Amino acid sequence: MIYMDNAATTRLDEGVFETMRPYMLEQFSNAAGTYSFAQKSIEAIEKARAQAAHVIGAKAAEIYFTSGGTESDNWALKGIAKAYEKKGKHLIISAIEHHAVLHSAKALERDGWEVTILPVDADGRVSLEALEAAIRPDTVLVSIMAANNEIGTIQPLEQIGAIAKKHGVLFHTDAVQAYGHIPLDVDKMHIDLLSASAHKFHGPKGVGFLYVRKGVRLLPFMDGGAQEKKKRAGTSNVPGIVGLGAAAEWAEKHMDENMRAVSVVRDHLIERIENEIPYVKINGHRTERLPGNVNVCFRYIEGEGMLMLLDARGICASSGSACTSGSLDPSHVLLAIGLPHEIAHGSLRLSLSEETTMEDADQVVDALKEIIPTLRAMSPLYADFINEQK
Amino acid sequence: MYTEKVMDHFMHPRNVGEIENASGTGTVGNAKCGDIMRIFLDIDENQVIRDAKFKTFGCGAAIATSSMATEMVIGKTVQEALKVTNKAVMEALDGLPPVKVHCSLLAEEAVHAALWDYAQKNNLVIEGLKPPVDDVDELEHEEE
Repeated sequence: MIYMDNAATTRLDEGVFETMRPYMLEQFSNAAGTYSFAQKSIEAIEKARAQAAHVIGAKAAEIYFTSGGTESDNWALKGIAKAYEKKGKHLIISAIEHHAVLHSAKALERDGWEVTILPVDADGRVSLEALEAAIRPDTVLVSIMAANNEIGTIQPLEQIGAIAKKHGVLFHTDAVQAYGHIPLDVDKMHIDLLSASAHKFHGPKGVGFLYVRKGVRLLPFMDGGAQEKKKRAGTSNVPGIVGLGAAAEWAEKHMDENMRAVSVVRDHLIERIENEIPYVKINGHRTERLPGNVNVCFRYIEGEGMLMLLDARGICASSGSACTSGSLDPSHVLLAIGLPHEIAHGSLRLSLSEETTMEDADQVVDALKEIIPTLRAMSPLYADFINEQK
Repeated sequence: MYTEKVMDHFMHPRNVGEIENASGTGTVGNAKCGDIMRIFLDIDENQVIRDAKFKTFGCGAAIATSSMATEMVIGKTVQEALKVTNKAVMEALDGLPPVKVHCSLLAEEAVHAALWDYAQKNNLVIEGLKPPVDDVDELEHEEE
């Protein structure tokens, strides 16, 4: 099997799993216990908090563990909205946010909030001028993702943060795809809130965190016990949190070499696809791009068939076509960068990890060189295109 | 997600291609929604479908239903072919996931559009055949 869907989830690292294991077995105590048996679980959580914080230059006390990226995004938007609604009821997001942000913003809209959705350019970057122009006296929050899950485009976070800070607006970034993969610094980038999820960087599923800058008021999202300084109730997921910490530490330690190695394979894939398969379009920014992301549209074909034929060859990938989105519309991200529907339907996302080899990349391109002509031979759009050429 | 039959017709689609000077050709669906089916029919003087071919832009289910629908109409008379409904195509494929029922409607509509084209070309009235619609989703809604 060749696994090229690391943006969906990554393989749990064995070392990380070994760190988690005792907290599932012998050290099973609830971290809220008063006995010394619980103390070890508390210490393990605090160690993970420091590990997670260090990656982004934050303080341990600013990390709140959650169930993952979706909860963190929901909490950031809805928690900030509740805490700051006296200031105003306006927030700004980008058109290519993950649904966890997009739908949270829509939910706030139903509660009387106004949401400005910033467009992006053809590479998927927001315009700083448009952002600044969208900020109003009643703007509470700007939420713009660090790097896009589909097209891999990295936003100019430092400049976005500076604009938000200049206008006294809070800045949240969904860093689920970026955290542990590219350098992030909450101070340098003026980030007030940041969402991350462990399973995107070889940690376990079901655990993530929200970074909340000291001094930012955030109402709890989950009511209940006193966990996470009364901000996030619910028995602490000790093994998950320990795994998140270990994976974060590993990602930080190896970030430079991983970025270099993964982007070499990425660029090889892009180069071969562009040179060897006609009528393709690479989506996303050419350089401001996640090291592991390749997103390409093959014209005149639909994505699902491509995924099925790749799957038949043991290759796991994903697409932003309608058939994979469960609606008739292709991905909102591909439409936001200006692709027509029929081109967006033919998109393929290959997301790599440190474990993806050059041989994997070559095998995938070789497979695509068979699959794409097969599907085009069946396509009436391709037949029409060829007839027009004649 | 797909039955073995669907997978078989997707991996090894029958009747892919075009028929030159076809007796009838029908194209339905639109690229915006991600599905276009084009069906070609070769019909003899006794109104028997001698051959059928298809070209489809769409998902696995769209390709499988095109393949199955062409296979089912070959050898049938025009009247019999009209009775090859989307339900019959789905049953022949051992079912489709609910979100893909739309593909089978597209296949039925593509056959009808090709028959309509044949009738127009030959000044025939085929009983029970309606002119093709642009958007099969309208059909879907009508049936709901």
